[in-house]
Amino acid sequence: MAKGTDETGSNRPKLALHVPEPRYRPGDTVDFSDLDISEPGKQPRPDETAEARETFPLCDDLIRVLGDDDQAHGPWDPRLSPETLRQMLREMALVRAFDNRMYRAQRQGKTSFYMKCTGEEATSVCATHALAGDDMIFPSYRQQGCLIARGYELTEMVNQIYSNKADKLKGRQLPIMYCSKRLNFFSISGNLATQLPQATGFAMASASKGDSRIAATWVGEGSTAEGDFHSALTFATVYNAPVIFNVINNQWAISSFSGFAGAERATFAARAIGYGMAGLRVDGNDPLAVYAAERWAADRARSNAGPTLIEHFTYRAEGHSTSDDPSAYRSAEEREEWPLGDPVMRLKRHLISLGEWSDEQQEEMDAELDAMVRAAMKEAEKNGILGHGLHHPFHTMFEDVFEELPWHLEEQADQAIRERRIKFPGDPAE
Amino acid sequence: MNEMTTSEAGDQVAGDTREMNMIEAINSALDIMLGRDDDVVLLGEDIGYFGGVFRCTAGLQEKHGKTRVFDTPISECGIIGVAVGMGAYGLRPVPEIQFADYIYPGLDQLISEAARLRYRSAAEFIAPMTVRSPFGGGIFGGQTHSQSPEAIFTHVSGLKTVIPATPYDAKGLLISCIEDNDPVIFFEPKRIYNGPFNGYYDRPAKTWKGFAEAQVPEGYYKIPLGKARKVTEGDALTVLAYGTMVHVAEEVCRQKGVDAEILDLRTLVPLDIEAIEESIAKTGKCMIVHEATKTSGFGAELSALVQERCFYHLEAPIERVTGFDTPYPHSLEWAYFPGPVRIGEAIDKLLSE
Repeated sequence: MAKGTDETGSNRPKLALHVPEPRYRPGDTVDFSDLDISEPGKQPRPDETAEARETFPLCDDLIRVLGDDDQAHGPWDPRLSPETLRQMLREMALVRAFDNRMYRAQRQGKTSFYMKCTGEEATSVCATHALAGDDMIFPSYRQQGCLIARGYELTEMVNQIYSNKADKLKGRQLPIMYCSKRLNFFSISGNLATQLPQATGFAMASASKGDSRIAATWVGEGSTAEGDFHSALTFATVYNAPVIFNVINNQWAISSFSGFAGAERATFAARAIGYGMAGLRVDGNDPLAVYAAERWAADRARSNAGPTLIEHFTYRAEGHSTSDDPSAYRSAEEREEWPLGDPVMRLKRHLISLGEWSDEQQEEMDAELDAMVRAAMKEAEKNGILGHGLHHPFHTMFEDVFEELPWHLEEQADQAIRERRIKFPGDPAE
Repeated sequence: MNEMTTSEAGDQVAGDTREMNMIEAINSALDIMLGRDDDVVLLGEDIGYFGGVFRCTAGLQEKHGKTRVFDTPISECGIIGVAVGMGAYGLRPVPEIQFADYIYPGLDQLISEAARLRYRSAAEFIAPMTVRSPFGGGIFGGQTHSQSPEAIFTHVSGLKTVIPATPYDAKGLLISCIEDNDPVIFFEPKRIYNGPFNGYYDRPAKTWKGFAEAQVPEGYYKIPLGKARKVTEGDALTVLAYGTMVHVAEEVCRQKGVDAEILDLRTLVPLDIEAIEESIAKTGKCMIVHEATKTSGFGAELSALVQERCFYHLEAPIERVTGFDTPYPHSLEWAYFPGPVRIGEAIDKLLSE
């Protein structure tokens, strides 16, 4: 084996491997003052059917509408009615109330797992408002806001989280891996980024049928590193598919900061440039900017002008999941120092500044939403909590593997039921 | 070639037969299904204008249009992934993976997505796709154009795996697969696309000309999934095989004058266990033949099932005749291939017990 440069007579310098390192670790003082945060209202808004390249400067910018003065600024202001703004505020607050209660429910042992989306509520709730109700959503695992914005019943969500006998998914899926065909919300997979080519395929199918429905999909910045991301964006541009790719850049993929997905070199929105796809980079904590960007992309897709990649620049304020402890790898100061604020508070202050809302109303609403969540939990608990007997019958474990049960699954179902009788003699439930 | 295929009733209207090789039979099945069901779409590398590297989709784009039969980027992950999304919309996609050896980038979409979608969504969403792919060796394809990865798929709950051995079966099975509401892996043994291969690679290749199994109805007909085909009746031993190896085993048994009962399994999942049990109860001896590598191959599953269910009928240890546990070698292809010598030895051993 060659021993180094000497033997070859070369004076080539030694190579060095770069392993990214986040700026702040536990205990560090956090200073985000050098983050490039653009001035609200200053970003140009191309026509929805513009050539993709007209959006490319926006891939290195940050579309913002709400300023520190709580007013909406510039061409991206979606000019939503106060009713719509209040509705979005209500849904974001409901998501937060739900997250807080379900997190506690997991800690109380009522289920195995939960994932909050604190700080990211706008990226799902407000984006969903910009879509038509029959547009297909291909979510990742932190898009409870999409379901809530489409009016999914809280009790159904809790049933799923508790994997109880009323769980529509028959207790088969990890908590929060929802699915609702009725609300055009695709089944969530724990394998990351697989939803991206699927959304593209749905959009291709819709286009091939001359339909008007589009697809929108969500993915974390970390899993843009998966091959599925590249496949999906390639197919989407090749077939000009009516699909929106929402990349939620919340800075952290469990303990790996965004640098491990390439953020040290380029923005995630800039990925669009290489494909010749429209790309937008938006302040993900600005509910108006999120709505405006998603609406732009939806209108673009619906007019056969092609797909859009939107990077939602935001911050994961909590741990990855109930199984995670972020204090083990990042500075606790990051959340407080995050320069883009809290989307719920920003929209609340905007509404107040418009004279359309008040702190008292907010307090009242928060109390009402919390009571709603607790009522839903109580209702769901009648159907059981995880591991307390009120599950689906054993035979359902073998159903839906295929449309019809083949002989080998029938035999295994008989065995499972026999085992149950041995373990719990005299128990009539199967 | 298929004017008479559209039956309003949708039942078996096979019509007149014509001699077809397996490529033509597959083409006919695809053509008929494109004609019968507007939701059927074909996608894959080089399958559109060109008609596929093995010509299975020749003429179909011209006939059915570019949005029904189209080329894709070179991305198996993308091909399977968009097919899952198309299924969610309500289409019935038939993706082609150009060689089974290329299917691996699409495995996550197949295993974690297509195969699991019905289950995880409690049947709200399904993945009614048929993944067609030529597989197997014997064409000097080297290690990346010769593999038989069927056991990877039979191991996955939620996938069906189908492998035809004749033109007649290829068409009838493929139509069943396309109409099936579950994801199906349809492996086409490419060594027998143009003619049955008896294992004697050094003799002139035969075409399907003159073979009864190449008399294929022009119209629509189905062969149910999960039903084996009895190739020959016999009492001396049972042969379990599929794809190319059905023909090789048949030739060896014929030459040796062995009164073998050969079962062409046709569908590995769901498996026709009744046909297997019935045959072994009669013969008491079992030889399993496949081209894939031995360890954890589908033969291991068959062997275990026969042992579990037919032990008291067995008069000799089960014989497995397979490819060796190496990558498929290029120059030594025929040393790898489970040909007449390997099969012959196994038969001798079984019959000497």
